Amino acid sequence: MLTLIKQSPLSAKIGMLIILINLGTVLLAPQIAPYGETELIGDVWAPMSAEHLLGTDQLGRDMFTRVLYGARNTISIALAIVFLSFGFGCSCGLLAATLGGWVDQLLGRVVDVVMAFPTLIFALMVLSVLGTSIPTLIFVIAILDSTRVFRVSRAVAMDIEVMDFVEVARLRGEGLWWIMCNEILPNALPPLIAEFGLRFCFVFLFISSLSFLGLGIQPPTADWGSMVRENAGAISFGIFSPMFPALAIAVLTIGVNLVVDWMLKRSSMLRA
Amino acid sequence: MNPLASMISKRIMFGVLTLMAISLLIFVGVEALPGDLAEAILGQNATPETIQAFRTELKLDLPASERYFSWINDFVHGDLGHSLANGRPIAEVIGWRFANSLFLAVTTAVFAIPFAIMLGLLAAIYRDSWFDRLISITTLSAISLPEFFVAYILIALFSVQIPLFPCISTINDDMSFLTKLHAIFLPCLTLALVVIGHMMRMTRAAIINVLSSPFIEMARLKGISNRRIIIKHALPNALSPIINVVVLNLAYLVVGVVVVEVVFVYPGLGQLLVDAVSKRDLPVVQASGLIFAGTYVFLNLMADVLSMLSNPKLRNPR
Amino acid sequence: MGQVVDIQEHKHLLEIKQVNIEGYDGERWKPIVHSMDLHLKRGEVLGLIGESGAGKSTLGLAAMGYAQSGCRIVSGSIGFDGIDLMALSEQAQIDLRGSRIAYVAQSAAASFNPAHRLIDQFAEGPVQHGLMSYKDAVAKAIDLYRKLDLPHPEKIGYRYPHQVSGGQLQRAMVAMAMATDPDIIIFDEPTTALDVTTQIEVLVAIKDVIKELNTGAIYITHDLAVVAQLADRIMVLRHGKLVEEGDARRMLDNPREDYTRRLLAVRSLGEKKLLLERDPNVVLEISGVSAGYQKDVNVVQDINLKVRRRKTVAVVGESGSGKTTVARIVTGLLPANRGQITFNKKVLSPDLASRDRECLRRLQMIYQMPDVALNPRQKIKTIIGRPLSFYFNMKGKELTKRVEELLKMVELPLHYINRFPAELSGGEKQRICIARALAANPDLIICDEVTSALDQLVAEGILNLLQRLQNELGISYLFITHDLATVKAIADEIVVMYKGRIVEQGSKNEILQPPHHDYTQLLLSSVPEMDPDWLDNLLEEREAV
Repeated sequence: MLTLIKQSPLSAKIGMLIILINLGTVLLAPQIAPYGETELIGDVWAPMSAEHLLGTDQLGRDMFTRVLYGARNTISIALAIVFLSFGFGCSCGLLAATLGGWVDQLLGRVVDVVMAFPTLIFALMVLSVLGTSIPTLIFVIAILDSTRVFRVSRAVAMDIEVMDFVEVARLRGEGLWWIMCNEILPNALPPLIAEFGLRFCFVFLFISSLSFLGLGIQPPTADWGSMVRENAGAISFGIFSPMFPALAIAVLTIGVNLVVDWMLKRSSMLRA
Repeated sequence: MNPLASMISKRIMFGVLTLMAISLLIFVGVEALPGDLAEAILGQNATPETIQAFRTELKLDLPASERYFSWINDFVHGDLGHSLANGRPIAEVIGWRFANSLFLAVTTAVFAIPFAIMLGLLAAIYRDSWFDRLISITTLSAISLPEFFVAYILIALFSVQIPLFPCISTINDDMSFLTKLHAIFLPCLTLALVVIGHMMRMTRAAIINVLSSPFIEMARLKGISNRRIIIKHALPNALSPIINVVVLNLAYLVVGVVVVEVVFVYPGLGQLLVDAVSKRDLPVVQASGLIFAGTYVFLNLMADVLSMLSNPKLRNPR
Repeated sequence: MGQVVDIQEHKHLLEIKQVNIEGYDGERWKPIVHSMDLHLKRGEVLGLIGESGAGKSTLGLAAMGYAQSGCRIVSGSIGFDGIDLMALSEQAQIDLRGSRIAYVAQSAAASFNPAHRLIDQFAEGPVQHGLMSYKDAVAKAIDLYRKLDLPHPEKIGYRYPHQVSGGQLQRAMVAMAMATDPDIIIFDEPTTALDVTTQIEVLVAIKDVIKELNTGAIYITHDLAVVAQLADRIMVLRHGKLVEEGDARRMLDNPREDYTRRLLAVRSLGEKKLLLERDPNVVLEISGVSAGYQKDVNVVQDINLKVRRRKTVAVVGESGSGKTTVARIVTGLLPANRGQITFNKKVLSPDLASRDRECLRRLQMIYQMPDVALNPRQKIKTIIGRPLSFYFNMKGKELTKRVEELLKMVELPLHYINRFPAELSGGEKQRICIARALAANPDLIICDEVTSALDQLVAEGILNLLQRLQNELGISYLFITHDLATVKAIADEIVVMYKGRIVEQGSKNEILQPPHHDYTQLLLSSVPEMDPDWLDNLLEEREAV
């Protein structure tokens, strides 16, 4: 593992560093942050200074503190969603590929219908009916996102399912569980891990967009998307405080993408 | 029957079925609202009159199945009901808004698609050169950034620092085509940056994937130039994934404009939907949701049909 | 040929000197071809022979100054008609390729662009090189299609590759290579992917055309008998080095090196068959079976055959004959529509799901491609050990001990137990597959083309092993293959299949001795022999009939 990281190209190392810093922030935000998450401590849109590293926001809260807490909130929600959608989507995808027949047909059709619906619009409509709260948000996005995970994991599993060693296991009389967990899953893992990174980026941007539209995480909870929206007005005055949370979003997604690119390249090289 | 024709007609059938399933989903979704719909939406202190008005508007007194069919029937005939917020007929509001959204999407597409494919081809031809790497990093950044971030950067650059374009894109029917273009320049550019990134990366990947086929090596051994190999040999075989990503991005342009419309306060369908959602104006949400879904389903259908048509094996059966 | 005394004819047209080629394996550059020399005169046919990894294709491509992606020509000189290819600019090399030196690939199906018509692909080379107009190229194509005996030469070019059969496509590719009247054509295993009866058509076409147009050729193959029909001179390669070089007839009659001698040897088994006529009991009996992938459409029809204990029944046929389908029916992967299968005196349920574990245990299968038959993420211990724990509930030390015994039986070192399949060679992987099948203590093993993906000498090792195991353990084999040499070596009984039906069956001697069924005759006579005159004689014979 360590040698693997050592051999990775510079871009992947940068990506890994970014991810590590962000995960550290998720865990330690209250310890690092100089002020409280919703504490009003100064002027509105104060410039950067020694007390306020990134200035203050539209209500006079410390921007640096809010960015740290924003990482904690946004990333942990995104992670919860991706884990949920992978648990659900992957198990359905592997099941569909291994069982085939009507199970595969049925799951495939249901997913086709859900995916024929633009995700953002779907989410907006569901949230308009159910109202916005963090559990609803997590659940709705996880379900929507799991359709894409289903497609990918099914496709990957189908490629493996046709290999002779799976047929050997079938002919031996192995049950569904063994075939899924011991024959297919270990071989499907590398592309699925890469997909995990991509889904994380997508979900993360998606939550930010929803928050930006005022339908995601609700104030006063700090969250990068809503922070951009709340401070948007500043831009026309030439004040750049909304740039910081937006920049944080950008840096994290680029970081994850760099690592994923490297992993995809590696797994395609191993196959060839 | 010709196998291609039968595949296409099957796909169209499926599209229609999907649309019906979606309309049902939208309808049931609203039905699933807990408690009494009218009270849940209008709140505890709504007057009995408004509640009654709401009930008649949504035909809540009729059984669910009957309501569904009358809703669909009205919809097909162009009657989208009335807005709860201001009581105006929805069709009037939506028609103009939808046209605006399409205008934004089509304008972006017209210059983004050829540009993206050109870039993708060039990146594939000069693979691993500095040019390829530059494009790859730039597009990766463009698709990694949230759209509103790109939008704000563009505003900061071209509207605040150098005031070339308006940061609020209001348009109306009295404007000339050119003034309209000027007004929507920044939202167009924002959208273009995102879709160009996707399409260019996909084009490049599809071409490079085909380049590893034996028939490409054969072409090299026939002494065909690199440029011709990419354009005559690789491109026709990479058409299917390229068409797919182009049409999907078109769909994104129509549907994904929501965020960009909000940033630039552009009077499109997306902004209407967001407003309606926050006001819980359900008839408007239903109607615009169905229109978005319809467009999306139609474009997906086009992607599949076009990629079937681009397959020489299907076009020329044995 | 040779009426005009041409000074050029005595000079080498192609001269490769001390060429070194390396390949990138993901970590390092490793040598593939070591300091090789190669020369070719105008109008001469040179055969390059070798097993996989011999570097023969790489060397052949180097003759065009071309290195495949992931390969590079490190040093040496490649002279073509007085031009140093290594010193040429990229553009000048491109100008030579496909105009003066042409290439015919192994798989025509993969090497034709699926998006263009055959004739457009034919014309592309000459038109791009500025040698002909499109119209002239079309006329030339039709002429060559006729010479190569393609059906409807005026029309066939207007088809797409997927609309033409494999053998025809391969001939169309030969035509494409000849489009510009090149000085040299490089044939890279052009008949390997074809059935034997189709292979003949293509061989004849190639032979006629290079003779008529006096084209020089490098013919790359792993099959000595094939090259014997065409080559004037043969070079035998191994691990990127030259083993032996010489006149074709001389080499076939009197090989100098041991390696060449082994390649030349008719496939024979070191292990003798144990003849115990006391084992008459039938292990597997298939009676009146028909099956297909759709209802009412049977791919195979009315199959009747018996496999006795300690016997090998070989099912022979070309692609599409339905021989693999028979294997799938027996395993239960494809339930039969009609008929009955009896295994160990019990009637087998037609589909896999309703067979009991004991029955599955007694019937094992080995596949063609050991690469995909072994789970790359499992260690050898798990691969061989799983049947033991699954069928016999073995655990811990007992299991390890049995796995080691099985490794010994298939002649592999014990420390392989902790390796992954990727760390083994092709032949070793196939031995692991055999060990896995043996782990179940089966009565019958179905062998589906088990030696087709292996090199000749490795394949012989596998066949020997299978025969020894049969002698020791009394296992029966149902041997599915297209390779008649394998059949001759290992079968007790032969079943010949054609288009989903059995056309002839009986003991090995009955089938291999005349009189033959028409199809069996065609099949047997199409297998190339080492005799350089075999192809000519065969054609005369066939014309006489």
